Amino acid sequence: MSAESTLLYLDGVSVSFDGFKALNSLSLVMMPGEMRAIIGPNGAGKTTMMDVITGKTRPDTGTILFEGDIDLTRLREAAIANLGIGRKFQRPTVFEPHTVWDNLELALKAPRRPLKTLTYAISRDDRARIEEILDITRLSALRGRQAGSLSHGQKQWLEIGMLLAQDPKLLLVDEPVAGMTDAETEQTAELLCSIAGRHSVIVVEHDMSFVRALGVKVTVLAEGSVLAEGSLDAVSANSQVIDTYLGR
Amino acid sequence: MLLRFFLMGLDRKAGIVLAILAILAVAVPVMTLWVPADSPFHLSVFTVSLLGKYLCFALLALALDLVWGYCGILSLGHAAFFAIGGYAMGMYLMRQIGPRGVYGNPVLPDFMVFLNWKELPWYWLGFDHFWFAAIMVLVVPGALAFAFGWFAFRSRVTGVYLSIITQALTFALLLAFFRNDMGFGGNNGLTDFKDILGYDIQADTTRVALFVATVAALALSYMIASGVIASKLGKVLVALRDAESRVRFMGYDTESYKLFAWTLSACMAGVAGALYVPQVGIINPSEFAPASSIEAVIWVAVGGRGTLAGAILGAVLVNMGKSYFTGALPELWLFALGGLFVAVTLFLPKGLLGLGAQLKAKLPGRKTASLPNTQTANQATGQTAGQKGA
Ligand SMILES: Nc1ncnc2c1ncn2[C@@H]1O[C@H](COP(=O)(O)OP(=O)(O)OP(=O)(O)O)[C@@H](O)[C@H]1O
Ligand SMILES: [Mg+2]
Repeated sequence: MSAESTLLYLDGVSVSFDGFKALNSLSLVMMPGEMRAIIGPNGAGKTTMMDVITGKTRPDTGTILFEGDIDLTRLREAAIANLGIGRKFQRPTVFEPHTVWDNLELALKAPRRPLKTLTYAISRDDRARIEEILDITRLSALRGRQAGSLSHGQKQWLEIGMLLAQDPKLLLVDEPVAGMTDAETEQTAELLCSIAGRHSVIVVEHDMSFVRALGVKVTVLAEGSVLAEGSLDAVSANSQVIDTYLGR
Repeated sequence: MLLRFFLMGLDRKAGIVLAILAILAVAVPVMTLWVPADSPFHLSVFTVSLLGKYLCFALLALALDLVWGYCGILSLGHAAFFAIGGYAMGMYLMRQIGPRGVYGNPVLPDFMVFLNWKELPWYWLGFDHFWFAAIMVLVVPGALAFAFGWFAFRSRVTGVYLSIITQALTFALLLAFFRNDMGFGGNNGLTDFKDILGYDIQADTTRVALFVATVAALALSYMIASGVIASKLGKVLVALRDAESRVRFMGYDTESYKLFAWTLSACMAGVAGALYVPQVGIINPSEFAPASSIEAVIWVAVGGRGTLAGAILGAVLVNMGKSYFTGALPELWLFALGGLFVAVTLFLPKGLLGLGAQLKAKLPGRKTASLPNTQTANQATGQTAGQKGA
């Protein structure tokens, strides 16, 4: 398959840590507007895959292209983020001393250079956009609270809100519902589905009911490469997948 | 726009700080120059210079707090920028001596005559002019900090390693300035100043004017620092202090943010040094001593890291203590300082300014008090720019 017209194109990507292959010739293609769920056992390389896409880890070999022709392996984290790739970490990381509002304001799509932020004054549009995101993430009442004092689930939502504020073309979301109640999990699935279409999304998650609720194409990773790909029902029926992951 | 920038930083705390500085700027000249010497409200010129010295240290502490408190860069070499600013001013004051030196040489300062130098080194050119020296007070520390920071931050040196190389920087400069052939007076440094801007540097009015200039510089720097902290740039700084890689993944080039704050801070430290030298009458390499930089860290820790006002308070109080101890019990001063640092680290993680919040949190039956408390914990763990992101 050629990289043309794809949003994200990974081909033969390998990463090893002290001889251990965390990614082993991984190939994956995402189309614009697509949402994809990634599942796989612990240590399968799901987080490492996000690391190589966002420039945190450099692959040893392989091609990573964004929008068909931008080579991500040569860029630094901030440059990749500015191309329109946003990331939510497995452990929620919000800026704890700042308020919920300030966290969103920092994430909001706006010029990122120091002299621009020094003289930044919030515009009416920016304000409206933050209000909108507060609304979507149900954090309106908590706008003035210090992010450090939020509950675990609220931090996860704030982090998703920060991703939305960044308005990226591609969102990488690592285990968004870990530690959430069933109701919260359901709401998060709704939230992600509502943003798919406008943005492309890759979600990593262990929670099968959540993945089912998303109802999108699933990629199963194991030992650093793709084991199976297809609808959740199709991959669940795959005997290899049952052996390595589901059947435990 | 500039006005908006300054107004942004003006909260209640800033108002109090600026009000106190304004009172000092008026009261001290009046009490020194116009209140008769036998009145209990009279201030001696000696006291004025001492206060002026404290405020120079306060400005250094403020500069340090900007990088340590808000970017998590624990600089153990900030006195280097202070000393360089001091040398730039000292060079101007040397040129003002003119032919009145001991050797009466119309072109060369005494120490150069003594070394048998025939002409003024090129890097002394221009220091005949106050405006040139004033620019150099900002430019030289700023340029050094920029170059240093550019390499250190790009190479992603953080935490303890960064602290160690800042200490190495000031130590290297200490050794360099000790050498006679550097052309900065070697061991003895620059001293025996006579005039500043044509006024006798020993005159009471000049001393008072220098004090007022120091208050003004401190107030202006405080306003700039608060404006920066209150801006979105300041929020980025605090964010990267606690979770630098997270900030990078949001598309901010964190290196250039640190470089901005670091360079600004070095310029402020340079101004502090430049005001210090005419008030104490000498600049020598001992200002580069690693211990000077470490003392500055203690001032900030005592007053309250990441509060700006605390840095000023800490610098003044600790130096008042130092003046007292070195007069009364000189042998004990270093023990007292060390003990103070340990005590503050253990019992006052937010310094004196955090004391109020800490006490409130301790009071029983006050649920709301847990909020400042969690902040205390965050600040304490946010130490030395450790990358907790990811
Ligand atoms: N920086 C690193 N240094 C050494 N080994 C690493 C590093 N990062 C990841 N690994 C290893 O690479 C493998 C893949 O890790 P990764 O975090 O990508 O797994 P994962 O699929 O996200 O697992 P989980 O579901 O538990 O989050 C693991 O064995 C891990 O120990
Ligand atoms: Mg993971």
